[in-house]
Amino acid sequence: MASSMLSLASASASASASASLSLQENLKGKVKLGSVHFTSCLPGKTNSIIKANHFGRISMSVALNASRFEGIAMAPPDPILGVSEAFRADTDEKKLNLGVGAYRTEELHPYVLKVVKKAEQLMLERGENKEYLPIEGLAAFNKATAELLLGADNPVIKESRIATVQGLSGTGSLRLAAALVERYFPGSKVLLSSPTWGNHKNIFNDAGVPWSEYRYYDPKTVGLDFEGMIADIKAAPDGSFILLHGCAHNPTGIDPTPEQWEKIADVIHEKNHIAFFDVAYQGFASGSLDEDASSVRLFAARGMELIVAQSYSKNLGLYAERIGAINVVCSSAEAASRVKSQLKRLARPMYSNPPVHGARVVANVVGDPALFGEWKAEMEMMAGRIKNVRQKLYDSLMAKDKSGKDWSFILKQIGMFSFTGLNKAQSDNMTNKWHVYMTKDGRISLAGLSLAKCEYLADAIMDSYHNVS
Amino acid sequence: MAIRMAASSRILSCTVTVPGARSMSSWWKSVEPAAKDPILGVTEAFLADPNPDKVNVGVGAYRDDNGKPVVLECVREAERRISGNMNMEYLPMGGSLKMVEETLKLAYGETSEFINDKRIAAVQSLSGTGACRLFADFQKRFRPDSQIYIPVPTWANHHNIWRDALVPQRTYRYYLPETRGLDFAALMDDVKNAPNGSFFLMHACAHNPTGVDPTEEQWREISNQFKVKGHFAFFDMAYQGFASGDPERDAKSIRIFLDDGHMIGIAQSYAKNMGLYGQRVGCLSVLCEDEKQAMAVKSQLQQLARPMYSNPPVHGALIVSTVLGDSDLKKLWLKEVKVMADRIIGMRAALRENLEKLGSTLSWQHVTDQIGMFCYSGLTPEQVDHMTSEYHIYMTRNGRIRYYLPDA
Repeated sequence: MASSMLSLASASASASASASLSLQENLKGKVKLGSVHFTSCLPGKTNSIIKANHFGRISMSVALNASRFEGIAMAPPDPILGVSEAFRADTDEKKLNLGVGAYRTEELHPYVLKVVKKAEQLMLERGENKEYLPIEGLAAFNKATAELLLGADNPVIKESRIATVQGLSGTGSLRLAAALVERYFPGSKVLLSSPTWGNHKNIFNDAGVPWSEYRYYDPKTVGLDFEGMIADIKAAPDGSFILLHGCAHNPTGIDPTPEQWEKIADVIHEKNHIAFFDVAYQGFASGSLDEDASSVRLFAARGMELIVAQSYSKNLGLYAERIGAINVVCSSAEAASRVKSQLKRLARPMYSNPPVHGARVVANVVGDPALFGEWKAEMEMMAGRIKNVRQKLYDSLMAKDKSGKDWSFILKQIGMFSFTGLNKAQSDNMTNKWHVYMTKDGRISLAGLSLAKCEYLADAIMDSYHNVS
Repeated sequence: MAIRMAASSRILSCTVTVPGARSMSSWWKSVEPAAKDPILGVTEAFLADPNPDKVNVGVGAYRDDNGKPVVLECVREAERRISGNMNMEYLPMGGSLKMVEETLKLAYGETSEFINDKRIAAVQSLSGTGACRLFADFQKRFRPDSQIYIPVPTWANHHNIWRDALVPQRTYRYYLPETRGLDFAALMDDVKNAPNGSFFLMHACAHNPTGVDPTEEQWREISNQFKVKGHFAFFDMAYQGFASGDPERDAKSIRIFLDDGHMIGIAQSYAKNMGLYGQRVGCLSVLCEDEKQAMAVKSQLQQLARPMYSNPPVHGALIVSTVLGDSDLKKLWLKEVKVMADRIIGMRAALRENLEKLGSTLSWQHVTDQIGMFCYSGLTPEQVDHMTSEYHIYMTRNGRIRYYLPDA
C-alpha cells in the first residue's frame, strides 16, 4: 500500500508539472496574456467563456482546471466502518448488522444510557459554557478516568505518577501515544496481537511506528496460543512496546487468565519491554468495572511503567462524542509531568484541545455517587444481555449442528465480539446469501444480535461453515 | 552519605513492591518538559494567578461586557432541541453530512455550482486546527515534494501543524510594522518568486494575529498572480461573520478565487462565529475537477482521519446543523454574529477615540483599519512581560491583544 501511494504521488506531481509547463510555453510570445484586463472584462463564471474564445486563454483555463490531485485513487472502504455503510444500503428485511461494535437493545435499537440522559439534563440546566478546554482536557474528567482505571486509592494516583490526557476516544488516545513513541523512541517497535483491531495497524503506520505481530489466536482450539504469545514477546528486541487488550480482546473475545497475565508481566519485565494497554471495554467484559481493570492493575502493582488508552464509546455509549484518555504510568511524579507536557505538544497541532461535551458527561456520571451507582447497574444489564445472547446462540448451534463440532468457544469468549472461525469466503457467504453483515475476519458483534435473531444467525453460520470453503 | 543512601533506598522500596523492578530508571528520561503553548499557555498562567484584578486578553475567545464567556441564544435553543433526543452512534468518518452541507454553503455560497455539481470533497473536522492538520497530512501524502508558504506573522499553531505533518515550510511577507498594515508589494514579490505550483496558506478574513486584510482589489491581484504561477491557495477561515458582521462579505476573498477558476482548499471553524470553541466543530473542503475526483479525495481524507480519531464528535455538529438547518434559528444566528462583530468594531472605534483624546501624537488609524477580534499592538515581548508581571494583564508575547471592554 505504501508503494502504491508513492507512485500515485509522483504521478500527480508530474501531471501538474507538465500542466504548468504548457502554461509557460503558451505564455511565451503572447504578451497580452496574464494582464489584469483578463479578469475585469469577464463575468463570474469565467471558465466556460474562456474556452469559447482565444487560444491562449484556453490553455490558461486548462492549467486552472487541472487539479493538483489528479492521480488520487479512491480509498478502499474501511473494513469495519464500511460494513455499516454496506448494511445501510441493503434493502432485504432479514438483514442483520453484526459489524461495528456498537451496543444494541433486544429490539436492535441504539441505546442511550439513562445516566447519560440525566447527566446531559443536569448540564443543560446548569447552562454550562463552551469555552476551550485546556489542551490536556477537562481536569475533572482526567481525575475520574484515572481513578476508574486504577482505583482511587491506588499509590500511582496518590503519588501523582500518572500522566493523563483526555483524548479523542480510544483511537485518538492510541494515536497520541503512538506519536509519543515515534518521537522519543524512534525505531522502537510495537508488537500487536495476531489478530487485533483493524485500526491498530493504521494508527501505528500513520504515526510512523514500526510494528510486528505476536501470536495470539489459535484457530485449532479457537482459543489463546499462550506459548506462541510468550515466545514472540520474548523474541522481540529489548525495549519493545507490547500492545495488550486490557479485557474483552477485539476481535477474538479471548482473554488471558489471571495466571497467564502474571506470566505475561514476567516476560515483559524480563525483556525491559513496556506494556501498552488498550482498554476499550472496561465494564463490558464481565459487567464489573473493577474486575475488567484487573490486568492493568496487576501490572501497575508490580511497579511497571505502562501506557494505557481508554475509551468511553462502549461502556457509556458515548460513541460519537469521542471521549477517552491516554494514561502513562511513570516511576516518578516528575517524569509524569514531563510526559504530560509532551503529550500536549503532540495534541496541539492535531486538534488543539479536545471536545468538551463527552468529558463533562463522564465527569458528571463518575463524580456523582448516585449516578455512578446507576451506571454500574446499566453496565451490568448491557453485559448481561450479551451473555444471554451468547448462551442462546450456542444453544441454537448445538441443537442444529449434528456434526459434533464444539461451539462452546462462543461461551468462553468474552465481551462484545465473537470470533467465529469463519474465513473470508464463509464470511462473504454470510453477507451475500444471508444478509448478515460482519467483518471479513470472521468477527461478529454480539451487541448487534437479539435473542429473537439467534436461530436465523445459527442457520447462517451452519450453512457458511459446513457448505462453503 | 551512607545514611542518605539508606534513606533513599527505603523511600524507593516504599513505592516498589517487586525487588529488582525497574524503579529508578524510567523509560521517559529523555523526555524534556515541553515549553508552554504560546497562546493556550497564557490562559494556564492566567488561571494560576491569584490576583483579583487579573485580565486575560490572550486567547481568542469572545467575551461579553462583564468579561464572561458567551453562549449564543441560537446555540442554547439548539441544545434544548437535541437534548435527550439523539442517540450517539458513530458519525460516518466524514462526519455529519447535514452539517457539512450547511457549512459549504457558507463558504462557497448558498447556490454554489460547485456544491450542485458535487465537486467539493468535504469532511467534518476538529475545528480549524483539525481541518488544517488533515489538509497538511493530505498534502504530505499526495504531494510529498510540496512545501507550504505561511505568512509572517501567522497564528502560532500553523507552524506546529505543518511541521508535525512533516511538510517543509517557507514564509511570505505579509505585515509591515512601519505602517501597521499590509506589505502588499513584498507579498506579491514573494508570490511571484515562489516556484510555480506552490502551496500557499491564506487567511480568508480577519488575519490572525495582525487583523490586517488585503482589500478586494488586492485580493484580485493576488488571485491573478496565483493563476500566472499556478499556485494552490489554502484558506484558513476561522472568523467568517465575525470580521465584518456579514458572512457573505467575509468570504469575499474565497469567492474571488473561485470566480477566477482556482481549485482551492478551505478550513472552516465554528469556534468563534458560533461560540462553539470547546465543541471542536469545523470542516475541511477541497474543490476538485469533478464529482468522481471529489469522491476519491474525500475517501482519502477519511483514510487520514480514521487512524487519528476514527470519526469526529457529534455534539457540536448537531448544534450547527440544527441552527443552520432551521430558518428562524439561522436568522437569529446571523443577528447574534453581527452583534458580536459590531461590538468589537465599536470597541476599536472607542479605543482609537480615547487614544486620540489623550493627546497621543502617534497615528492610531490602524486600530480601526485592522479587522477582527485582535489588536496587534506592537508591544515587544519585554513590554508584554511587564504588562503581565506589573499589571496582571495576560496576552501573547507577540503583542497580540484580544479586544475586551471591561465594565468599569
